[in-house]
Amino acid sequence: MIWETVIGLETHVQLSTKTKLFSRASTAFGASPNTNVNLVDCGLPGVLPSVNKEAFYKAIRFGIAIGAQINQTSIFDRKNYFYADLPKGYQITQMDLPIVLGGSIEIITDDSSKTINITRAHLEEDAGKSIHDEYDGFSAIDLNRAGTPLLEIVSEPEISSAKEAVAYMKAMHQLVTYLDVSDGNMAQGSLRCDANVSIRKKGNKELGTRTEIKNINSFKFIEKAINYEVKRQIKILENGEKVTQETRLYDSVKDETRPMRSKEFANDYRYFPEPDLLPVVISNEEMQTIKDEFPELPKEKENRYIKEFNLSAYDAQIIASSKSMADFFEDAAKKTTNYSLLSNWLIGDISAFLNKEMIEIHESKLNSDNVAMLINRIDDQTISGKIGKSIFEEMWVSGSSPDEIIESQGLKQISDDGAIEEIIMTVIRDNPDQVEAYLGGKDKLFGFFVGQVMKLTEGKANPQAVNKILKEQLKK
Amino acid sequence: MSIQFKSITELRAMLDDKLISPLELVQESHHLADKFKELNCFITMDEDLSKKKARTIDLGKENNSFLLGIPLAQKDLFCTQDLRTTCASKILSNFIPPYTATAVEKLEDSGSITIGKTNMDEFAMGSSNETSYFGNVHNPWKKGYVPGGSSGGSAAAVAAGIVPAATGTDTGGSIRQPAAHCGITGLKPTYGRISRWGMIAFASSLDQAGPLARTAEDCAVILSSMSGHDPKDTTSLNVEVPDFLSKLNYPIKGLKIGIIKEFDLSDLDKEVQTRFEESKKVYEKLGAEFVDVSLPNISASVPTYYSIAPAECSSNLSRFDGVRFGHRAENTDDLNDLYIKSRSEGFGDEVKRRILIGTYALSAGYYDAYYKKAQQVRRLIKNDFDLVFESVDILMTPTSPSTAFEFGSKGAQNPVELYLEDLFTISSNLAGLPAMSIPHGQVNSLPVGLQLIGNFLREDQLLNAAHIFQQNTDFHLAKPSMEDFK
Repeated sequence: MIWETVIGLETHVQLSTKTKLFSRASTAFGASPNTNVNLVDCGLPGVLPSVNKEAFYKAIRFGIAIGAQINQTSIFDRKNYFYADLPKGYQITQMDLPIVLGGSIEIITDDSSKTINITRAHLEEDAGKSIHDEYDGFSAIDLNRAGTPLLEIVSEPEISSAKEAVAYMKAMHQLVTYLDVSDGNMAQGSLRCDANVSIRKKGNKELGTRTEIKNINSFKFIEKAINYEVKRQIKILENGEKVTQETRLYDSVKDETRPMRSKEFANDYRYFPEPDLLPVVISNEEMQTIKDEFPELPKEKENRYIKEFNLSAYDAQIIASSKSMADFFEDAAKKTTNYSLLSNWLIGDISAFLNKEMIEIHESKLNSDNVAMLINRIDDQTISGKIGKSIFEEMWVSGSSPDEIIESQGLKQISDDGAIEEIIMTVIRDNPDQVEAYLGGKDKLFGFFVGQVMKLTEGKANPQAVNKILKEQLKK
Repeated sequence: MSIQFKSITELRAMLDDKLISPLELVQESHHLADKFKELNCFITMDEDLSKKKARTIDLGKENNSFLLGIPLAQKDLFCTQDLRTTCASKILSNFIPPYTATAVEKLEDSGSITIGKTNMDEFAMGSSNETSYFGNVHNPWKKGYVPGGSSGGSAAAVAAGIVPAATGTDTGGSIRQPAAHCGITGLKPTYGRISRWGMIAFASSLDQAGPLARTAEDCAVILSSMSGHDPKDTTSLNVEVPDFLSKLNYPIKGLKIGIIKEFDLSDLDKEVQTRFEESKKVYEKLGAEFVDVSLPNISASVPTYYSIAPAECSSNLSRFDGVRFGHRAENTDDLNDLYIKSRSEGFGDEVKRRILIGTYALSAGYYDAYYKKAQQVRRLIKNDFDLVFESVDILMTPTSPSTAFEFGSKGAQNPVELYLEDLFTISSNLAGLPAMSIPHGQVNSLPVGLQLIGNFLREDQLLNAAHIFQQNTDFHLAKPSMEDFK
C-alpha cells in the first residue's frame, strides 16, 4: 500500500513588540518570574484590556508579505476555559474576523519549490506558564508571558512530508525575522507550531482522520515528530484499525508522540465577542505608513548585494537568506571595503562556527566592528590569512577585538623587507648544504627555506615578501 | 449641628460658611452610619483614612471644587486601593485591591472623602439586595423591607441621610430601582460616559456607574466629576464632558416627552398609576408636551437581557478561581477540585444561577439560539429608541412596577418574578441610553420613582427635566422617620 501524508501547520509567532497585546507590561524574555506583570496581566477584578497597535502593524506587515487580504477592522473574541496560568479564565483572540485572510508562502525542498496556501492569521494573547516540577507538592505560575502578542498562522493542509513541514517553518522563520515581526527564537518559544497530521491511500481525495501534535519548537523536532506520527498512523491503518482524532504531545527524549490527557483539551470554548474592546480600526493612512516602511525582503537584498557590493550570486543568496547574517554583513560592509573577503569569511569560517553551535550570528560574541577590523588587517597585510584564522578563534571565544589580540600576542605580520632579508640571510647561513643542493637543481627545497623563515618569525613574515627576497638571495 | 438628610449643595454652603469643618462633617457621617448600623448599608468603613483626609482639607483656597470635603460612600464593587472590596461576595471577602477605580479616583481628586463601602447584591446580581453575603439591607422607610438592588446599600445610606450621595452601578436598573424604592434620585449615564476601569464587571456591555443622591442637582455635581474618557477603558467615550450644572435651569416649555405604548400600566397597582398620571400633569403644567410612542421590540427586553447579561457574567466571573486572589478552598485534590470547591463555596445561589444560565447560552449548539439571537434583538431595541428620539426629547415610565417589598416575599420560589422588577429599566441598558429615577410621591407610605430616559449622551436634558420637576414639587424632600432604627 502506498500512503500519502497530509499536514497542516498552525504556527504561533510571538510578535516582537516591547509591551504586551493588551497591557503596557514588558515582553522581555528571561525576567524573574512574575515581574513583567501588571494589574491587567494578572486579571485582577475590574481591570480592562487596551490594545497595543504595534502588534497590529506587525501582523499586517506579515499579511502584506504573503499577499493576503488585510481586515482593517479587528474584532476580538473570548475563548473561555479554566487553567491556572490563564488569569482571566479566557483568552482574548480573533475567531470570526482574523486580521489576515489568505495569502501563501513559497517553500523550497531539494531544489524544487512549492506554494503553501495560508488560510488565515489572527492576533491573540499568550497564556502564562505553569511550573510543575520545581516545588514539592505545588505547582507554580509565572505570568510573565501572559498577554504576550501572538500571531497564529494557519496553513492549508497542503504540506506532504516532514521535510516540507521543516521547509515551511524555515521559510516562516526567514519571513518573520526579515519583517521584524518576531525575533524567531525557537528555543525561547517565539516560533512554535502545532502539526495536524493525517495519512490516506495515495490517490484518495478524502482526508484521513488527523491527530494534532502540540507545541513543537525546533526544526529537528518537527521532522522527528511528524515522521514518528506518520509511521504510527500507517501501522494502525495497516493493522486494520482506526486512527483516533486526538491531541498528542511530542516527547523529544523518547522520540515519540503520545496522547494528552483528554481533560486538557476537551473544552467547549464558548467563544463570544469580547465586550471590553471596541473594534480596532487601522486607518488607510496607517496602512500606507506600513507599506512605505516595508522592510527589504531576501530576494531584494540578494539583488542589491550583487549590484552594490559586487558579490557573486551564490554569496549574495547565502548571506541574504538569514536576516541576522544580512544585517551583520551590511553593518560590517560600512567599515571595510573588501566586500568579497568579508563575504568569504561570513560564508566560510564564521558560518562553520555558527552551524557547529547552532546559533545565529547576533547570538554570538562577534560584532561587526571586530569582524570588519579582522578583514581590514588581512587586507592591509598587517596579518596573514592564516594568522587571521587563529585570531578569529580567539575572537569567537573572548569577543576581543583583533587589534587587541594582535597586540597582546605580538601577531603583527613582518612586512619590512630589511627585517625579512636579515632573517633570510640567517637561514641561508645556517643551512649551507641545503643551499648547495638547491642551487644544484633541487627546486623543491625552496619550501624548506620558506618554512625555516616562518619558523623563526612564528609565522608572522609576509609570505609574498619572503618568496620574493628568498628567491633573490638564493640566486646570489 | 445635624447634617443628616442634607444635600451636597447644603453641605457645601455649611462648609463654606464655616458652620462645620470637613473633619466634623466626616465624623458626623461616621456617627450616623454607626447609629443606623442596623440598616446594614455598609460592608466596610474607612474611618481612619477618611478622618485623616478630612484633616488635610484646606477650605481657604479659592476656586475650590464643589465636592471638597464632602463625604461620599462607594458601592463595594469599585476597587479602592488598600480598602477591602468584596462585591458583597464571600469569594472576595478578603480582597484588598492594589488600585482604585477611575470613577472613585475622579471623585476623590475632586476633594470628596470616601467614608466606606456600601452593601449590594452579590456581584450586582439582584434587585432587592437580598443576595449579599453580608446580609440584607433594610429600607430606611420600613424595617424588614428591601431597599431595592443591586445598589441597595448606597440607596439606603443616602435615603437615611448618612451621606449626601453615593456611587452605584446599573446593569439593568441597579441605580434607578433602589433609588425609587428609597425615595432618592439616581442616574444611570450613557454607556461609556464613565470609565469602567476598576469597576468589578458583571456584564461588560451593560454596566455603567452613576450617582445616587438627594437631588438632580447633586447628581449633576457627581456626574460632572465622575465622567470623562479614560485610556484604560477603551469603551469609555472620547467626548467632552458638558457642564451639567449650568443647564439645570433651562425652561422645559415645549419639551417633548414620549410615553411608551408597549408598557401597559393598567396591570400595575392603581396608586402607582395615579402617581404617574399626577407627574404627567406636573410636567404638562410646566409646558411639556406628551406624545405616545411605540417601541415595538421593547417587550423582548427582559429575555434579551437575561441572555446577554448572564453570558457576559459567566465569562467575567471566571477569574474568581481561587488561584491568585479571593477565597480559596482548603483540602483540595487537584486544580479542578480547587476550582470546583473555591467557586462552590465562594459564590451565592443567584450568582451561580446566572453563571449557569450564561454558560448555557454560550455553549456550542445554543450560542446562535440564545446569545446571538439576543444580540440581534438588542440591536432592534436600540433601533427602536433611535427612531423614537427623532420625535421626542425624553421618555417617561414608572421606574419600577411596584414599591419596596418585604424581605423574602419575591423571587424565593421563582427567580423570574424578581427579574420582572427590571421591566422598565432594562431597555435603556440594552440601548446604552442615559436614564434616571426621581421620587414622585408614595404608595402605602413607601416611595415610588419616576423614570426619565434620555437620548444618547443627553444627560443634560434628563437632569434639566428632573431638576425643574424638583423645583416645582417637594417629593424629593420627603424623609424617612428612621424611628425603627434608633
